[in-house]
Amino acid sequence: MSPTRQPKISIKTTERCLQPLVLSQETIAVEIKELNLYYGDKQALNCINMSIPRHRVTAFIGPSGCGKSTLLRCFNRMNDLVDLCRVRGIISLEGKDIYDRKVDVAELRRRVGMVFQKPNPFPKSVYENVAYGLRIQGIRKKHVIDEAVEWALRSAALWDEVKDRLQESALGLSGGQQQRLVIARSIAVKPAVLLLDEPASALDPISTLKIEQLIHELKDRFTIVIVTHNMQQAARVSDYTAFMYMGDLIEFGSTDDLFTNPHKKQTEDYITGRYG
Amino acid sequence: MKIGLRQWVASGSPWIWLNGAAVAVCVFMVIGILLLIAVRGLGHFWPSDILLAQHQIKDRSSRIIGEIVDREQVNAQQLRDAGFVIENQIDSLPRVLLKVGNRDVTGTDFIWVLEEQLRQIQYAPYLFAIERREWGNFYGILHAVNESSQPVATNIDDGDAVVWQVLKSRIARALEIREQIHTIESQTIGAINYGLERLRLRTRELQLENRLTAVESALIDEQRHAYQEQYADLQEQLVILYTSVERDSLVAETMDGQSVEIKLSKVVRAYHPNTMSWLDKVIFYFNKLHEFITEEPREANTEGGIFPAIFGTVMMVLLMSVLVTPFGVIAAVYLREYARQGTLNRLIRISVNNLAGVPSIVYGVFGLGFFIYFLGGNIDQLFFPEALPAPTFGTPGMLWASLTLALLTVPVVIVATEEGLSRIPRSFREASLALGATKAETLWRVVLPMSTPAIMTGVILAVARAAGEVAPLMLVGVVKLAPSLPVDGNYPFFHLDRKFMHLGFHIYDVGFQSPNVEAARPLVYATALLLVVIIALLNLSAVAIRNRLREKYKTLEN
Repeated sequence: MSPTRQPKISIKTTERCLQPLVLSQETIAVEIKELNLYYGDKQALNCINMSIPRHRVTAFIGPSGCGKSTLLRCFNRMNDLVDLCRVRGIISLEGKDIYDRKVDVAELRRRVGMVFQKPNPFPKSVYENVAYGLRIQGIRKKHVIDEAVEWALRSAALWDEVKDRLQESALGLSGGQQQRLVIARSIAVKPAVLLLDEPASALDPISTLKIEQLIHELKDRFTIVIVTHNMQQAARVSDYTAFMYMGDLIEFGSTDDLFTNPHKKQTEDYITGRYG
Repeated sequence: MKIGLRQWVASGSPWIWLNGAAVAVCVFMVIGILLLIAVRGLGHFWPSDILLAQHQIKDRSSRIIGEIVDREQVNAQQLRDAGFVIENQIDSLPRVLLKVGNRDVTGTDFIWVLEEQLRQIQYAPYLFAIERREWGNFYGILHAVNESSQPVATNIDDGDAVVWQVLKSRIARALEIREQIHTIESQTIGAINYGLERLRLRTRELQLENRLTAVESALIDEQRHAYQEQYADLQEQLVILYTSVERDSLVAETMDGQSVEIKLSKVVRAYHPNTMSWLDKVIFYFNKLHEFITEEPREANTEGGIFPAIFGTVMMVLLMSVLVTPFGVIAAVYLREYARQGTLNRLIRISVNNLAGVPSIVYGVFGLGFFIYFLGGNIDQLFFPEALPAPTFGTPGMLWASLTLALLTVPVVIVATEEGLSRIPRSFREASLALGATKAETLWRVVLPMSTPAIMTGVILAVARAAGEVAPLMLVGVVKLAPSLPVDGNYPFFHLDRKFMHLGFHIYDVGFQSPNVEAARPLVYATALLLVVIIALLNLSAVAIRNRLREKYKTLEN
């Protein structure tokens, strides 16, 4: 990876940037300013400007390859792991730029949790899965970990199902249970923001329903950003929705607004099912 | 229904037959090897009947006593050339290999005899065999048992049965005394000698550092004196025991009629194979087998057991595994996880893979030059100057042999570990990183535990290769006969500087360096079988560990 190399494509002018929606009634958790992202020479995100409101559910929708997952992975700098990926612009979490040189990435990821598309519990016991983040932080006291594990499992609506099998392997749980376990694992370290990357796409309808209920309950305590393919899901669970297309943020607004009264033609076409 | 050749070929069945045949050939060869070495090796411990016959050559006749060991057809022309008179129409004749023992009397203990020259063959019940500590077996007829050269029982006065009973009890007594002598010599006196040697080294060390004060010197002398007193006591005990063990002897007649007196102190066991029941023989067989596995070798490794070689082999392989696993895993982690995946990395990987193809004797030479002469020599200069010029680590030994083999097998572990690391799905790493773990923490807590089955696969391959190596070991630590095991009761208990015995080298030594080829041959097979069994056991235990780990981390399979 050579950070000094300049992209062949010139950075697009700010004229093309969508100006951020002013969310006057909300506290802002994450602010994104003129974010451009390149994979090698190819630009994947074009000058994104937006604000994620605190303790609300924000959904990213858009067709495959539009950059919504890429954008999500900028919030906890997961893109750092991809060779040749470069990010220009500012993302500030509680007023501090997370792409600043001085930022401790591990510390950042503790504050911005993430749940992936496919349930990925570690091949350890249920208990150890939830305790993982705490142990990483160096917490040794058993009663502290016990309490945190129980709290996280209760918050993830999983406690009643697993309280008698905490020491059994997490791989014995069903897919839906595993995904809720992964959510419990993420919230056990009490992050400020929780990123969900298509959390229900690998699950059956009943498990999906449970996850959606869970999102609804969790939003009082966490700022949630969810990427989803499923527009009904976005409509059901989110307060705000962003529609992305080809690396551009096309439209961002309150969910009710965006689905009932889209301002852009592309948004309307997508939500009425004309492409995507 | 008849089908043409072309359809048959197109149907794919010839391929299936070909594949099946290849597998069948492999299976037959493996079973064949095992059967051959098992039959040749394990038969050795069975007590064969002793034959008594007249050996008729032309008009001369002599008595012959011995066990039939082998039988073959010999070309008649070859015999005619050797001066035998054989009728023209006969192409070949059977001949037998007889083990007649009595090497001290006759000079040779195996003879080939034409079967047709043996007359009046009988398996008389009074024929007996003695296994001795020197000169090999004795076969003959028991006459008397002496105590201090005076007969206490003879077959003329008391009858065969009584003499036999007396002999049995006297042998038991002699064996018991020998056991005491052995304990004193190898353990107590061994510990004293070890202590004295340490005192000598201590004195030398203090001298070298100019710290040998009168007080120190007196202290050491006092200890030395204590040791020497103990030694003198033991020496007295030993003299008594030795006279006592030399007291009894037996008188027996050899096949050519000579009367021989044999000290019972030289006897390991005496038996009457012709009167033994089948059950007796089975018990005898397992006793011999037990002795083979648990005892030390005798008579230039052609008699007794091979326990030191088993111990050396297993310990070396275990030590090698302990050394090679962390080394290989750390190297693989760097290559796969941290190093930039570029030309240099690819070059290193190719070199590592090619290291596995370097002939093992080259590693032996490297081990001798680098580990022993350079590293060991320097260690001696730095840490054991008091023992110089006698080397401590600057000489072949267990540690260097294990290190050399670790170097030989490290490519296998690196390749297997890299393979395992690359198979850990990205999602697990991401899950861990997303929880705030650093890369090192992710490796240590998630990736490496999940790679353990692959690492174990590498270790299994390394063990299989290392246990079978002989050539490099001859240069870096294996000897024909090691006076003591690398582990004993003397502080610091593990003596990794010591030379050791090894089953593979033992096979070579017994098979090719032995003065008595016929006596050694069955032991070559038996030792080979044991080596195969031990390697299989080491491998099976590693496979069992791997399967447990796989079960634990089975998520990888889906």
